[in-house]
Amino acid sequence: MDQFINQPVSFAEEERPWRPPSLRKVGMLCLITTETALFSIFVVAYLFYMGKSLNGPYPHEILAFPWSGSIALIGSSFTLHAAEWFLKKGNRAMFHLWWFITIAMGAYFLYFTGHEWYEFIYHHHLTISTNVFGSTFYSLVGLHASHVVVGLILLSIILISSLRGKLHHDHHEHVEMIGWYWHFVDAVWIVVLTVVYILSAHY
Amino acid sequence: MLAALAWFAPTISTLAANDPIRPIANMFDPLGTPAKMIHDSSILVSIICLVIFIVVTAMLVYVVIKFPSKGAEDEKKEPPQVYGSSQIELAWTVIPILITIVLILVTTRTIGEIQDKKLPNEALRVRVIGHQWWWELEYLKQDGVDKDGKPVWKRDFITANELHIPVSDRNSTRPTQLILESVDVIHSYWVPQLNGKTDVVPNRTNHMWLDPWETGTYLGNCAEYCGTQHANMLIRVIVQTPEDFEKWCAAQRASVVEPPVGDALAVAGKKDYFANSCVSCHSIAGTVSRGVEGGVFGPDLTHFASRASFASGMAPITLDNIRDWLRDPHHLKPGVLMPNMQLTDTEVDQIAAYLMTLK
Amino acid sequence: MAHGSSTTPEDDFVITPTRPGEEKGSWSSVIQDLLFTVDHKKLGLMYIGSGLIFFVIAGLMAAAIRLQLAIPNAHFLEPDVFNRFFTMHGTAMVFLVGMPIIFGMANYLVPLMVGARDMAFPRLNAFGFWMFFFSAWFLYFSYFAGPGLYNAGSAPDVGWFAYSPLTSKAFSRGHSSDYWTLALLASGVGSIATAINIIVTTISLRCKGMTLGRMPLFVWTFLVVAFLVIIAIPPLSACQIMLLLDRYLGAKFFDTQAGGSAVLWQHFFWIFGHPEVYILILPGFAAMNEIVPVFSRKPIFGYPIMVGANVMIAFISLGVWAHHMFTVGMTSLGNSFFAISTMLVAVPTGIKIFNWIGTMYGGKIRFELPMLFCIAFLFQFLIAGLTGVMLSVAPFDWQLSDSYFVVAHFHYVLIGGLLFTIFATIYFWYPKCFGRMLSHKLGMWHFWLFTIGFHVTFFPQHISGFLGMPRRIYTYEAGRGWEIWNMMSSLGVILQAAGILIFVWNLIYSYRKGKIAGDDPWDAWTLEWATTSPPPDYNFEKTPEVRSRRPLWDLKHPDDPDWKYE
Repeated sequence: MDQFINQPVSFAEEERPWRPPSLRKVGMLCLITTETALFSIFVVAYLFYMGKSLNGPYPHEILAFPWSGSIALIGSSFTLHAAEWFLKKGNRAMFHLWWFITIAMGAYFLYFTGHEWYEFIYHHHLTISTNVFGSTFYSLVGLHASHVVVGLILLSIILISSLRGKLHHDHHEHVEMIGWYWHFVDAVWIVVLTVVYILSAHY
Repeated sequence: MLAALAWFAPTISTLAANDPIRPIANMFDPLGTPAKMIHDSSILVSIICLVIFIVVTAMLVYVVIKFPSKGAEDEKKEPPQVYGSSQIELAWTVIPILITIVLILVTTRTIGEIQDKKLPNEALRVRVIGHQWWWELEYLKQDGVDKDGKPVWKRDFITANELHIPVSDRNSTRPTQLILESVDVIHSYWVPQLNGKTDVVPNRTNHMWLDPWETGTYLGNCAEYCGTQHANMLIRVIVQTPEDFEKWCAAQRASVVEPPVGDALAVAGKKDYFANSCVSCHSIAGTVSRGVEGGVFGPDLTHFASRASFASGMAPITLDNIRDWLRDPHHLKPGVLMPNMQLTDTEVDQIAAYLMTLK
Repeated sequence: MAHGSSTTPEDDFVITPTRPGEEKGSWSSVIQDLLFTVDHKKLGLMYIGSGLIFFVIAGLMAAAIRLQLAIPNAHFLEPDVFNRFFTMHGTAMVFLVGMPIIFGMANYLVPLMVGARDMAFPRLNAFGFWMFFFSAWFLYFSYFAGPGLYNAGSAPDVGWFAYSPLTSKAFSRGHSSDYWTLALLASGVGSIATAINIIVTTISLRCKGMTLGRMPLFVWTFLVVAFLVIIAIPPLSACQIMLLLDRYLGAKFFDTQAGGSAVLWQHFFWIFGHPEVYILILPGFAAMNEIVPVFSRKPIFGYPIMVGANVMIAFISLGVWAHHMFTVGMTSLGNSFFAISTMLVAVPTGIKIFNWIGTMYGGKIRFELPMLFCIAFLFQFLIAGLTGVMLSVAPFDWQLSDSYFVVAHFHYVLIGGLLFTIFATIYFWYPKCFGRMLSHKLGMWHFWLFTIGFHVTFFPQHISGFLGMPRRIYTYEAGRGWEIWNMMSSLGVILQAAGILIFVWNLIYSYRKGKIAGDDPWDAWTLEWATTSPPPDYNFEKTPEVRSRRPLWDLKHPDDPDWKYE
């Protein structure tokens, strides 16, 4: 059989272009899938322990709907989109502007969450060890916030390299992937918002 | 059926004088209604599985015998290349589906029959509370009804490890309901000849029921890993005639027996018992020995010597065994939560003598 | 990134691949090479090699366990030592043996089978390996560091399932549980990275012409495995994070005194744990799918339905987890649901067994070692599957759960199923990896000693389970009817150990002295046999193009190629 070895294995077939999907896109979709599985467990834990705290503070006593934070974070998905549009157009200045706005809105969201936690911890005396509400709330919102932090770092790396002129055309897919990640972080926030601030608000 | 599996000769020492011991906890030798229901469905399932096993093994043996290559010459020509067959594949998809449907029907029916069984109001109720590594048993009695007409249950008496219940019959005339709770980690209560196991979970109340058909001592084990001495969290269920059971209950309800005045050793032992910190974990009803804040950390000792074994079934209650235990509980049961109290030999003899009077 | 252009066949390397023995590198250069390599074949072998080392360690622990249980009331192992042994045995066999070996198989073979030059993200691949490698030693390090400040406990003794609240600070003092948690959390990250890599390689690096319908079933199965990994591992990571929060920040997730639930841990753990079982057994199927056809000289019977069955098994496996929890006191509705979903798994699994037999039917079966292990697999996996059906009947499970019957069942799955196919894999692809055949004579000794030892060890455990023997007990009373079965079980270990010893010797001996294999010793049909043994760093001089599921069949039979029929 050795006569076949190292012969190129190939056959004349109809010449269709062979274009398997991009590595980064498939990889990012996998990452998002696995992150979704991770978040689901924390969301389920939150739902499971809704109304099961043995002592206060309870959600209805302290939770206020996070208007400004949510608007900032969800809005940042749109500003990001605008930035990407300008990048495709080749308008670097506008790209930098909108990209920076995106980062700023994400940062504002983090500030908002930090402030909320400060209020909870120092004024309402809710810590992660107070009751099951505290445990599930801080872990779920905290896990999301840590993803926002990672997202902001990635966004900043893009901004800095673009400002230093190191962002070339073949990096556009990287930019797009970071965009996907950021949209995912936003989508998770919508779930967190629904579960924490709407469903559990009267417990 | 399959009872023949248990041919190995039993050697467990007698635990209770008159009742037969049933050391072989064979699940195919059921002696209670729920165990019998489980047994019947499992026999059906086992037979189905056995038939499938025989058929598929026969197919495998057939191809292995029928289609080996006949050496190098034979291998020069490849056999006919068959890529599949829709009909055949459909057949071996549909047949398993049909078998599965049968299994589903059997299973769901048995689950309902056992789990959703309504027990009569007058059924005996016992709270079985799992501890690392022993069982607290609280017998309950009805104490009127609440405003919805539901019976209210309160403590009748308390004992440990050896569960006494009255014998019932195939009509389940005297069933016992066990209310399963845990104070620490997860345990599981399992007496194979009487019922399947049910976990004993902290912050959760589970239920199971027993209606043994014959008197005797049934053996079982804690079936959920619960730490160092999981292996020695043994279960003894002593099934008695209703008369014997009532007698036993009355003895358990009776107030604690004082050591006879003439028994100097036991009288001194009682003093030692109360002078040491035995009292902070163990309770003896009617005395100051009430465990931590009236709760129970170690087994109740009120009628300790009326039991056949101690340390959750590990050893028969004899003076020697108790002395050994008091000298160092970790000798018999390494890792047990009872500390070595560093008693002197005199104290050991005296306390052991006292405990033996707690009939 | 280092992968970008690996799909385009623009390279014109003229490098002769080196065979073992030809290169005379110093030890330090070999070690340097192993430390810094990003080559999928080296990483694959490193995965399998370290998996086999941990297999021996965990196997020795199992032998000690069996020695303690050979007779009632034995005093060979202290209870805590015994509990640590079964915890470390279980944890190691799942996470440090099963997972790395299957990742090793995927790493070595998937790129070759799809005609790629490496995995999609080679550096991420190395990252995944080293995460596994360090977390494995980190877990064993607990034997030295576990007592921490409290001097309580050494290695973890909470079981590989680590049920709360046994893992809470109150019941697990010291740091042993933390070693368990952190080690598995870290290796979980590595596993997810590797799984993503496998998916991307399969989806994006397939050579020209290899549509999804022409992918070798091995690759298909690993694609499904990798999807299960990225969906099933995060729940474990999540509940481990919760456990760490409980232990270090006083969170109340599993604190039953503060309204936490002990059952929630079980749900989360088994949402991971059950798919994990399929993550471990599907690679066995993958190997079967390649080896059985080659030695039957026929294509796999019913390729499309085999793919469908894989996907079905994976899908159903995500909805059966609570069959591990029939005894926790679920409602009768819950018990019925999980009993039914579990029974459904039997359908696609049955299809696979029948299709393998269908592949052998009408063939010309060559009883080479890989095939012998595959036939033994079929028989043993049949038993494992049927005892699985018995366990899925919830009322039966109320008796069988946590008894030795379950121990027998999953050892039939994981040894009779997975380990036998791992052996088959090694005998089949060792010639490809090292250019030399494993000794047939030694292999036969290995096969018979191990197979007989396996059945002698594990078959009696079904019976001790029927007689009420619970799992995880370090000792038992005399007179319960368990003595004879335990003695048999322990004696079987000797045969198994002898088999493993011979196997290890065979691996070492044949590396230097084995018969030269040639590039295609089994006359096989997938792309890895179209390159040299061992393959060069770049795998293929020209990236291949395929037109059917068996490209080498097409090459060898130009008059009757497969693509005419697919």
